[in-house]
Amino acid sequence: MWKFIVRRVLLAIIIIVFGSLICYAVIRMLPTSYVERVARQRSTMPGSKGYQYILAQLNSYYGMDSSILVGFAKWGGNALRGQWGDSWFFELPVIQKFADVIGYSVVLGSITLFFEMVLCIPLGVLAARKQYSRTDYFITVFALACISLPTFFLATILKYIFSIKLGWFDLYGIVGRFYEQLNAFGKFGDMAVHMIMPIVTLTFINLGGLMRFTRTNMLEVLNADYIRTARAKGLPERRVISKHAFRNTLIPLITYLSYLLPNLFAGAMITETLFQIPGIGYISFQAMVGGDIPFTMFYVTFLTALTQISLMVADVMYAVVDPRVRIQ
Amino acid sequence: MLPINEANTKANNDINREAAPDPPEQSQRLDDEARVKVLSPSMLVFKRFVRNRLAVVGAIILITMFLFSFVGGVISPYSQSQTFYKNEVMWKEYANLAVNNELRYAEADGASFPASARAQFILALNGGKATFAVGGVNYTWSRRGEDLYSIYATNEIATALSLAGEYAYTIKPGADFPAELQAAFESAQALNQDAFDWNGAMYTAARAGKSLSISSAREIALATMRVFDAYEPEFERTIAAYDFRRAVEFALAEGADTLSYEGINYSIGRAGDVDIVYDLSSGTPVEFAIVSPYIVQMASPDVRLTVEFKDAILDALRAKQSLFTSRDADGAEREYQIALSMPNQYTIKRETVAQMYDTEARPSWSHWLGTDSNGMDMLTRLMYGGRISLMVGFVVVLIELFIGVIIGGVSGYFGGAIDLLLMRFIDLFNCIPQWPILIIMGSVMDTLEIDPYVRIFLLMLSLGLLGWTGIARVVRGQILTLREQDFMIAAEATGIRVSARIFRHLVPNVMPLLIVQATLSLGGVIITEATLSFLGMGLKYPLASWGTIINAATNIYTMTNFWYLWIPAGMLILITVLGFNFVGDGLRDAFDPKMKR
Repeated sequence: MWKFIVRRVLLAIIIIVFGSLICYAVIRMLPTSYVERVARQRSTMPGSKGYQYILAQLNSYYGMDSSILVGFAKWGGNALRGQWGDSWFFELPVIQKFADVIGYSVVLGSITLFFEMVLCIPLGVLAARKQYSRTDYFITVFALACISLPTFFLATILKYIFSIKLGWFDLYGIVGRFYEQLNAFGKFGDMAVHMIMPIVTLTFINLGGLMRFTRTNMLEVLNADYIRTARAKGLPERRVISKHAFRNTLIPLITYLSYLLPNLFAGAMITETLFQIPGIGYISFQAMVGGDIPFTMFYVTFLTALTQISLMVADVMYAVVDPRVRIQ
Repeated sequence: MLPINEANTKANNDINREAAPDPPEQSQRLDDEARVKVLSPSMLVFKRFVRNRLAVVGAIILITMFLFSFVGGVISPYSQSQTFYKNEVMWKEYANLAVNNELRYAEADGASFPASARAQFILALNGGKATFAVGGVNYTWSRRGEDLYSIYATNEIATALSLAGEYAYTIKPGADFPAELQAAFESAQALNQDAFDWNGAMYTAARAGKSLSISSAREIALATMRVFDAYEPEFERTIAAYDFRRAVEFALAEGADTLSYEGINYSIGRAGDVDIVYDLSSGTPVEFAIVSPYIVQMASPDVRLTVEFKDAILDALRAKQSLFTSRDADGAEREYQIALSMPNQYTIKRETVAQMYDTEARPSWSHWLGTDSNGMDMLTRLMYGGRISLMVGFVVVLIELFIGVIIGGVSGYFGGAIDLLLMRFIDLFNCIPQWPILIIMGSVMDTLEIDPYVRIFLLMLSLGLLGWTGIARVVRGQILTLREQDFMIAAEATGIRVSARIFRHLVPNVMPLLIVQATLSLGGVIITEATLSFLGMGLKYPLASWGTIINAATNIYTMTNFWYLWIPAGMLILITVLGFNFVGDGLRDAFDPKMKR
């Protein structure tokens, strides 16, 4: 077991290194005219550093003036020591900006994940138990509709109904206009209210996938021989479902959820942007559109690493949850 | 034994007897030919697909969408970039009226009074100087009435030195200075007049110390604040004539009621600050010209100002009315609005029919979904947008299939080190975050102002390059199991080429799964493209996909007020992707009946 984990971690590290090399190459492949134009635009902003300073900083952090491998080594060394440079867009060290905003994304993601689990797992199990029934049809159509729903359309419809027609929520932002005048409890409530529409959007968008995943796996288990045995020996249906079937469905489910867990840190770029929730997704969207190379570089590398960590956690969890899995 | 035989025969006979009149019974037999070979595998798949209600709904949706996008554009009476106009009645500036507070000049025939001289004249007038010189020409002026001045060009003919009432003359060479003129000059001096007439010409005397300069003066211009307008177009030539203007001005200055010009008698009537000149030649006074301190300028140069209209404005002004009516060129009564726009300046507006882009029009019979913010028919735009959305989806999925089948096929068939290497390569590709790369690309293309047609090409290419890993995995997994099967050993035994083994024998067996995967990822690609376009990082004008159409909803004003500009596009995306998912799901179940059980 430990051997497997160590091997998996080593593999993940190798892939992360190569993945960040690709990210580095992408930044290096940007047309020089683009980099220079963005740097020049940046330097004309009030309070910004000079053009030469920005280019010098680029060279010092990314080794733009040396060959791609030397530059990558230089950049990697800096990155490992936590030196990612200053964000051009936010005029702050990249790491500090990241620390400021990551909380919003994690809170948004965690609440969404909670609602998803609470909704999807029972519905998926129900659909599998009553396969081909009217309920199953309805749940399947609902799940497919959720998968087919573009995030931006759902978000815009929600805004149209709840912000514009009913006036319950603000269109944008994480805090209202009078946030500063509220007491601590009021501030919390204000933020919570602003989180409702993004959470609903995200939950609906992600609902379908998890629901179908649960249903498929539950069906697989329900068709297994040991379920037939359990029924044959006369166990009540409830016991068959909850003890024999559902527990076995949990194995792929936990693997899937453990894959989702590190991804909480990735932020929901589209949803956060649509609702202007200042989490990592919206912030990096702004950075990317504004040509903020240091922040973009950080975010892309961060996501690359996160994907690998998620896959690794899922692999390890799969082995941990299912005692039948024996890895050499 | 016989009874048994008999019984057997009897039983056989029974069967035969029963079977003959009742053929359906016969088909129940397991080895019946008709029963065994009824359906080909693809027919079976088709039957299973058709039995799935959701899949059929999905297929109907997709067929409808394809017809809508690819045939709809042909049927639609409008073209994709046709703009529509509407006529709107609005108060539009028609004329301007200004109270004249500047001197205006009328030049005598054959004389000119240039702009530089006019400026000098104003200075001389304000400074009280009797003469001024510009460009080698000496000028003098005299006041003839309120805001009325005559301007003369002077030519010195002699100087006179006055000594105790006697004058000693020095005559300029070549100038004519007869004794009668001297007498006229002296008598004028005796009366202390600096200007005098003699023999129909005018002369001036300017004093400089003890010497007097005597000049012949020629009237070259009139400076006045009054504006002349003719009642009829044919009067304009007379009114533009200097002598007529002069005669009228002088008559006004003197307070005279009549004057004559070129043998015709005119009379002058006052109305407030306006004077009207009547032509008396036909016996009854005919309104000939209007003299006022107001200038009217038409907003459009090809509309002639009529005195009647000017009269109407002045009447309205005097009556302090903001609305008045007047007849226009074709005799119809029109209503006008008059409003002070600046001190001493009024704007006259009238209701004008203006042709405008018919933007954001409500749904109607001619435009079933209204028009967009460029005045184009929404439904037609959606049809053409559907073409692009669907085409982007297909091209991207084809690219994904191409790369995915090759890499997955090679990886699955060879296995071992190659498989390991390719799988790690896929892992690597998988961890490249799709959205940041696409958004950075969009931002770079925005900054470098890439042509929209190149852009759509690059977008499809990058979507394909980022999305093939899923297909490669599916192909690999399927081929790994297939290659161990007997038919592959047989294929190997016949000694055909490796590429033929992979692409002729293995890949067709992967086809069902590929079709399912491709159908499902089509929906995903359409959503990705629409999301990118919605965020402004995807396709650009003039290309329109459903995503760029719904992009209008990023404008809060549009989103709030014009639901028909964004909800239909969103619904089309939703329904199309739903159709792809239904069909993909149905196909999966149809291809893989074990899952159904």
